[in-house]
Order: sequence, then structure tokens, then C-alpha cells
Amino acid sequence: MAEIVAMPKLGFDMAEGTLVRWVIVEGGEVTKGAVLAEIETDKATVEVESSAGGILYRQLVAEGTIVPVGTPIAVIAAPGEEVKDMPETGVEPGSVTAAAEKKTPDEKTPAAESAGQKAEAPEVSTAQHGQVTPDGGVLRASPLARRIAQENNLNLNQVTGTGPAGRITRRDVEIALQRAPAAVTPAAAPLRPATAAATLPAPSGMPGAPIPADEHQPIEKLRSIIGRRMVESKQQVPHFYVTSAYDVAPLMEMRKQINLQLPEESKLSVNDFIIKAAALTLRQFPNINASLTDKEIVRHGHVNIGVAVALDSGLMTVVCKDADQKPLRLIGQEVREMAARARAGKVRPDDIEGSTFSISNLGMFDVEHFIAIINPPEAAILAVGSAQNVPVVIDGEVKVGMRMKATLSADHRITDGAEAARFMQALAGFIENPLRLML
Amino acid sequence: MARITMREAISQALWEEMERDPKVFIMGEEVGLWGGTYAVTKGFYDHFGADRVRDTPIAEAAIIGGAIGAALTGLRPVAELMTINFAFSAFDHIVNQAAKMHMMFGGQMVLPLVIRAVGGGGRQLGATHSQTPDAIFAHFPGLKVVAPGTPADAKGLLKAAIRSQDPILFIEHATLYQTRGEVPEGDYIVPIGKSTVARPGKDVTIVTYSKMLEISLKAAETLAKEGIEAEIVDLRSLRPLDMDPVIESFKKTNRAVVVEEGWKSFGVGSEIAARIYEEAFDYVDAPVKRVAQTEVPLPYNHILEQMMLPKVEDVISAVKEVL
Repeated sequence: MAEIVAMPKLGFDMAEGTLVRWVIVEGGEVTKGAVLAEIETDKATVEVESSAGGILYRQLVAEGTIVPVGTPIAVIAAPGEEVKDMPETGVEPGSVTAAAEKKTPDEKTPAAESAGQKAEAPEVSTAQHGQVTPDGGVLRASPLARRIAQENNLNLNQVTGTGPAGRITRRDVEIALQRAPAAVTPAAAPLRPATAAATLPAPSGMPGAPIPADEHQPIEKLRSIIGRRMVESKQQVPHFYVTSAYDVAPLMEMRKQINLQLPEESKLSVNDFIIKAAALTLRQFPNINASLTDKEIVRHGHVNIGVAVALDSGLMTVVCKDADQKPLRLIGQEVREMAARARAGKVRPDDIEGSTFSISNLGMFDVEHFIAIINPPEAAILAVGSAQNVPVVIDGEVKVGMRMKATLSADHRITDGAEAARFMQALAGFIENPLRLML
Repeated sequence: MARITMREAISQALWEEMERDPKVFIMGEEVGLWGGTYAVTKGFYDHFGADRVRDTPIAEAAIIGGAIGAALTGLRPVAELMTINFAFSAFDHIVNQAAKMHMMFGGQMVLPLVIRAVGGGGRQLGATHSQTPDAIFAHFPGLKVVAPGTPADAKGLLKAAIRSQDPILFIEHATLYQTRGEVPEGDYIVPIGKSTVARPGKDVTIVTYSKMLEISLKAAETLAKEGIEAEIVDLRSLRPLDMDPVIESFKKTNRAVVVEEGWKSFGVGSEIAARIYEEAFDYVDAPVKRVAQTEVPLPYNHILEQMMLPKVEDVISAVKEVL
């Protein structure tokens, strides 16, 4: 029985995605869970896994095509199976898409395709092997330029080609590398002295000390996506902020006790507790576990917590699904695995899709508190500072207490100050009584 | 070292080999009494006699067929074809008999046969007498194809060819006979199947052979005045084809122009370009450019003929295109 694979929805606001690259060729064998294709959303490039095993009977869209969510992109069939009723993609015809639409069963037999015969428009085959520019065109670069760029970790999308037909050549790459040496060898950043002995920054105001020149950094893809989304959010979403300080002494003590029982690789982080606490609190505040669309507020049934993960190249949010339903250890394990994949650039669609609320935790950096920008279309985000020993007044006396500040940024179109404050209060009920997280 | 013409160099090689080995003999049209259409064998008839310098009828199939028979019986024939264009009359003998016998019959016989053939255009001989069909012959395994571009290589390669046990097509470019160059005296051998760097450079690799070596060297001189240093690799043999110096040079320059006198389609340039892509793809910084003869039967009219043949300017502009 043939199985249809559709464009996955990677987040509530995702309407479409670009199919960047087919990983499996038509006629190729697939196992369930194998990576079929790579898709680029405005958040990241992710891999689409096959929902069934068999043969990739047909690729329904060509590489480089923008495909609405839910549109069939591939047909998986049993070996030797003949699929009669092919699904309609309804994808807007473009130069690339037109080529894909030509692939009707009448014109091509599966046998011919499995032999790797691809007689379609040249755009398709070029895109398959070449890199794709941000505007969907084929990136022209000589093999040598590609190799040097790869060896030096240089993004060719940022390089201007001066060769024939605008092709990027060795010369262009070398010029780009000279301009952005820091992007290539972070260790050589001017502010960090290269000598091993000099662990301290050079003293300021030393007469005659060389002043490093300006560096011109190309804007990486992820950086520009973050920039665009944050500008959108900060300009369009009326943020307001509510800060609370929580007594985390019991939580820290409980974490210590729990971690004594766990092997090194599965010890819980403070953030795992915060995720669980926020998820349970959100269950009581459906209006904060919500999204705003053009015409309505969607109060989500699932509580999926997005966790901001710092990457070398920027920031990515991985999603712990149904965090209110999961035990702490499972939350810890899932987030750890997803963060590792995100850092390795191997994030899966499932890892980043469907968050209903986000948490950004800078606690490990000795931060008192900070405020975060909402990740649209979510209603709110929680910014978590460090757990610190601070003077606190207990029964009229100044004592040492352990406090952690957290700030909720909320969308005033969805919720108001009082509700946000009640949310922060309810959150205290879990954070300050961590046993409740175990119940 | 004496500075002699390519004609003299070839003549010297033949003379020395005939003196050295009594089994070596010459056969061909007008090679005896007349002394050779291009005067290569002038004086041979008087010195070596009619048995070893044999005039033949105008029948190329008979010349090559006879030479094959002689080689099979243990002699070392050097058969001359007045032009390579007439090799088509002997095509079956060359590619279907000579090229195959040794391997087809389990190595029972060897074929120490040299076919000297005069090729190339530019002498107003008309379309059927002006071709450069080297690549066609290089297509066949079992037949070695050698085409020198300098007098020294002509002598060294011809001596190596005469001493070889294999059938060899030795292509001499008609317009190179007057070319002078330093040629070592005496027993000077250049191994067959070894390309060589004819001019060192660092900016672009020009791959060429035979007459086009001369054209490419001139182009390189002009380019050098503009600060472009071309490295020229002279193939010298098309089969066996020695790509090592080409690949080594290409890995340094990352750009190549292949210059051949024959037509571009299915030619020497195609083969060299394909091998560069296969063996040095990650070093490619620009598409390999081919310079070749315009794809028409070569005109008789002098001006038109010169327009069709690859020129120094063609090489210069091709180099600039890949830079």
C-alpha cells in the first residue's frame, strides 16, 4: 500500500517550506525514519524523515520548490508496486516546479527512474548537485573555490563571484578569507592574544599597543533569520514584562539529591526543573499557552516548551513536547539530545516544531536577570537568570537566601499584566515546592 | 649540440638506426630514388641500397600490409605514408590488423612496425590532404601514436619507436620540417609515452603537442609580456597518454587550455579535459578551454585556410578566458 509523505508543519506559524534537497533518489530504497529530503523553513534547515519503508516511488516536487504545509511531496511504495492514483501537489508552477510536474506516471516508468535517468529541465539537476543561494538560484562556484571555502568554513553565499558568468573562483574566495579572517579561525580573534602565557587580556592603555582593525563579518543565514524574526517580534508584538524572584534553595537541594542517583551523562539541569514547572503552570493558564493568528487566539491543547539553545552561529529553539506530561528525567534526556543535534547542525523537524511557549535560560552565565523577546506567534517567553546567594529579609532579619529571578515577556494583545503576574505567582508554587514537580 | 632542422633530425634518427640494425628498412612512395617527398631519405638509397630503401606503388594498403608482413617475419620496417590522409586507404591494416595482432593471438608474434605519416594543414593542399586526424588513431588500443613538436624529440622518439616491439604511428607535421632546434648527437632516445613540461609557468596550463607546441610557445611569450606565465605541457605521445605532468601542472595553476590542430569534437582536447575533470576535479577553478580547428573541411584558399587553423591569438584569448 503506497504511503504519501507530506510537507511537515514545523511550528504553528509555518505555512510553507522550501524543499532544498532530495536525499533519496527516485527508485531508492527507504527505511522508516530514513532521511528523505532537506527542508528549509524560516527557522532552520531540517531533515524530513520517511513515515514508511519501501521504495521512494516518486518525488512529487522538485528541489528548490516552495511547498505549502501538508502538500504531498513523495510517494513511498512497496518494491515492485505500481501506484495508480498519484496525489496532486497543486504547487504553484514555476520554472523548477514545471519540471517536476512533467513527471507523470505515463511519461516515465519506475524502472527508467530507478536507473537514475533524469531527463528533466537542467535546473533540476544543477540544483541537485550545486549549492542553492538564499534566493533559490544555483550558486556558481568552481570546484576549487568550493573546496577552499569548505576547508576554511566559509559560506559561499557571502562571496561575490567575479569569474565567468559570475562564478566564484579561487581568487574570490581568497579575497573573502582575507576580509573575514575571524570567521575562519576564531582563535585568531584580535582581542585574544595568541601566546599561551597571556591568559589575561592585554592591559589597556599600553602605549604603542597595536589596535586591531575593523572586522567585516558576513551575515550567516541563521543570523539573518534571527534578526528578521526578532525585529518583527519587537516591532509588532506589544511586549510587557513581569519579574519575580524565586526561592530556589529547596530546588537546588533536591537537584543535588537526585543527581547523586544519576550517572554523569544524565544529570538534571536547573532548566529541566524550570521546564517542568513552567509546563505545569501553563496547564493552569491556557491563555498564556496560546498563539495569535489574524482573527483569533488559539489556546493550545498541548504544552510544548521551546528551549533556546545557544549555537556558535546563533540561536535555535528545540521543543520539549507535552512537557507537563513527562517525568523530569525524560525532559532532561530529550532536551540534552535535541540540543546536541542542534549544535551539530543535525536538527530534525520534530526537534524544532510546535512550541507553544519558550524558555531562555542564561543562569549558567552568572546573570542576575534579563528580558527575552517573544518568539512569535507564542504569547510569552520566560527569561531565567542565575540562582544566587543574596541577602533576604526573613522575619525582619537579613539572612542569606538562594534566589533566582525570572522575567516573563508577554504579548499584550493576548494577555494582561494581572494574568501574567498570576502566572508568575503560580510558577512559584512549583519552583519553590519542587516536590510538586514529582507528583 | 648541433642546431638542425626537424627534417635533419628525423633523417639522422633513421640513418643511425639503419646503420645500427640491418633489420631496419624503409618502404614508401618516392622514398628511394627521389629521396622522399619531404627529402627526409635523401641519400639513403645510394648508401643503403634498393633492398633497404624500397620504392612502392601508390597503394597505401599495400605499403602497410607489406610492412606488417615484414614485421611479422622479424624485420623492422619503417613505412612512410606521404600524408596521413592516405592512411585512411590503409585504415584496416593499421587499426584492425597491426593494432590487434599481438594481443589477439596470445602474444605469439610481435609487430615492430613504424608508420611515419606526414600530417597537418596550412599548405594549401585542399581539404582531403590537410587533415590532422591524430585523435582517430589514438582511439585504438594496441597502436601507439607519437607526434613530436621539436627536432630533438623527433629524433629521440623516432629512435625509440624503431627499437620498440609495438606498431607505432609516428606523425610528422609537414610545416615543422624547417623548424630548427638543438638536437643531441648520437644515440639520443626519448621514451615513448612521457609528456614533458616545455615551458614552466604558474598561471595557466597549456596542454598541446606537435605543431601547436610552436603556436602555444609564441602565445606564452606574448602572455608573459602581460605578466601571465603559462606552463606548457607537450604530450609528445597521444597513446600511451601521460597525464602526470598535466595533472601536476593543473593542480598548481587550476586552469587549463588544450591546443590541438585537429577538430574539437571528440578530439585530444576533449580527452585531456575529461581526464582533468576526473583526476583533479577539486582543483578546477575554471572550465577547461579547447582551442582547435574550425569544424569545416579545411579550405584551399590561403586566407580562409589560415582563418580555420588555430592561431597564436586564439590561444591568447582562450587563456584570458580561463583566467
